Amino acid sequence: MTATKGPQTLYDKIFDDHVVDRQDDGTCLLYIDRHLVHEVTSPQAFEGLRMTGRKVRSPEKTLAVVDHNIPTTDRTKGIAEEESRIQVEALAKNARDFGVEYFNELDKRQGIVHIVGPEQGFTLPGTTIVCGDSHTSTHGAFGALAHGIGTSEVEHVLATQTLIQKKAMNMLVQVDGTPAPGVGAKDITLAIIGEIGTAGGTGSVIEYAGEAIRGLTMEGRMTVCNMSIEGGARAGMVAPDEKAFSYLKGRPKAPQGAAWDAAVRYWETLRTDEGAHFDRIVRLDAANLPPIVSWGTSPEDVISVTGAVPDPELIVDEVKRASKKRALEYMGLTAGTKITDIPLDVIWIGSCTNGRIEDLRTVAKIVEGKKLHESLDYGMIVPGSGLVKEQAEAEGLDKIFIAAGFEWREPGCSMCLGMNPDQLKPGQRAASTSNRNFEGRQGYRGRTHLVSPAMAAAAALTGRFVDVRTLG
Amino acid sequence: MQPFTTLTSTPAPMKVVNVDTDMIIPKQYLKTIKRTGLGTALFSEMRYKDDGSENPDFVLNQPAYRKAEILVAGDNFGCGSSREHAPWALLDFGIRCVISTSFADIFYNNCFKNGILPIKVTPQQLDMLFDDAERGSNATLTIDLANQTIKGPDGGEITFEIDPFRKHCLLNGLDDIGLTMEKGTKIDAYEEKLKQRAWA
Repeated sequence: MTATKGPQTLYDKIFDDHVVDRQDDGTCLLYIDRHLVHEVTSPQAFEGLRMTGRKVRSPEKTLAVVDHNIPTTDRTKGIAEEESRIQVEALAKNARDFGVEYFNELDKRQGIVHIVGPEQGFTLPGTTIVCGDSHTSTHGAFGALAHGIGTSEVEHVLATQTLIQKKAMNMLVQVDGTPAPGVGAKDITLAIIGEIGTAGGTGSVIEYAGEAIRGLTMEGRMTVCNMSIEGGARAGMVAPDEKAFSYLKGRPKAPQGAAWDAAVRYWETLRTDEGAHFDRIVRLDAANLPPIVSWGTSPEDVISVTGAVPDPELIVDEVKRASKKRALEYMGLTAGTKITDIPLDVIWIGSCTNGRIEDLRTVAKIVEGKKLHESLDYGMIVPGSGLVKEQAEAEGLDKIFIAAGFEWREPGCSMCLGMNPDQLKPGQRAASTSNRNFEGRQGYRGRTHLVSPAMAAAAALTGRFVDVRTLG
Repeated sequence: MQPFTTLTSTPAPMKVVNVDTDMIIPKQYLKTIKRTGLGTALFSEMRYKDDGSENPDFVLNQPAYRKAEILVAGDNFGCGSSREHAPWALLDFGIRCVISTSFADIFYNNCFKNGILPIKVTPQQLDMLFDDAERGSNATLTIDLANQTIKGPDGGEITFEIDPFRKHCLLNGLDDIGLTMEKGTKIDAYEEKLKQRAWA
């Protein structure tokens, strides 16, 4: 069924497998196997269907969940904020009217859409997955072709179960070596973005490979694929292996019995062929990787925890220099300040990047029996889903967090984008396990430093960044 | 969708790299369930002061650029969130064309769905366009999509590349979904083939 001859990349294989129609100019109609829907980017799409009298073509391939704007405090009494409530009610109504399965804010399966998909086994290797959210790249950890789309495209997928696409370029990010204890997936992905820049992956699909990627758990691979978009790539993927299969086996929406066996046989073929062509190859040695901290207002503004805030005056390009000077001003930092000397106000742990059970276990191990540093305004932990929350509580992690002085919240996107009441105040500085340090992202004039869960946990105990490799 | 054919306007210069969609439209405006009325929210954190009054330093608040329909911006415009509210806000403000050296993929796509033309130029061309744009209302650019040209105020001309299918849809204001639904039998055939895969 493939149109491309010769050795193929993983991306080539999945793309070709989903081509419904190919025009002479290379524009393709790509079949979409799985569509995740949330409350913020879907109302206008459903409205479009209503206005044109169209239906959802495949409701059974569509899953809706609220995550972006819901409060993370007790939700049993409803949502106080009116606009958020209207948006959530609109999703509930749209799901009902169009026959789409929906996890509401009280359902324990509810959570951040990119945590819910894999958790339910909705995410499967070799599938095409879209969602009106740029972090859809997360699902690529399972060897799916997964990317974010806009609302017009959400409507297109709802109506036709397809997407108009042109083939992207193939980019290989090869991460060799084994990282030091305390250094992990988040440091790897931040280092990659620092290397290629925030537009480095534009027009490409990234395949992550190498010993360090193989060595990651599925949670870690999801962290890496999740941030592909911060490097400009719409999708990132890892060839599925035994780790992916065992993560998925027995999940509610994963195939069962003979269908499972047949699926695994197919999934095992999903790897890049020897000699396949990559348009660009980037290599990184994880063995020498330090913990990474962002200092500016773009995810490419990263540096080692052992480093200092860089001097934008050294940048030759005028527009770039002005932009980075603006970033330092926004962040309230001066060039040359040691990263470990930056005082923090808030610790925030959660998001589709780092809100999974493994992330919470990492944090618990570091903060167990200790206290949040007195200089901090607060620390907040937001599990990625109701099932993550349930698992964490079964392991007693919630008690560790609360004893240490953290707030333990209900699942959702929360302060990662601050659409709900969880926001930084102007000038407040956070160590955050989220994915974007843009101006105003976590709250108007709030200041975000992106770090790993281990780094956030260590910073919680000292009020400053600490090199986690130096902890016992 | 409104077709895009030609456009003549004063271009507004925005000399910032990596303008992200959070900057184009901050999160608090994403709670709408409509596509319209977002123009006042465009670039709001840069455009307004804390008391809600206009920041006179921001480019779109300056007299020459208040009615600009073309935005000339630094590299990697529209990065970050997939929010289509970004092109909706640009369009509602009156921007029909954005020129930069590169665009983030999702934003680039979203523009075409809303009748906005994103044009990629070389770094040298961008510098020239920034110079033109900084001349304020004395300088206009004319964009001609059919001929793929940008005409400068001094008669200079830049040609730009664009995907032929996207160009066709934009010139004619075509609705993607309608076009795809005409291929319904091909989608049916694909789904028939999928039935061989018990897990799909």
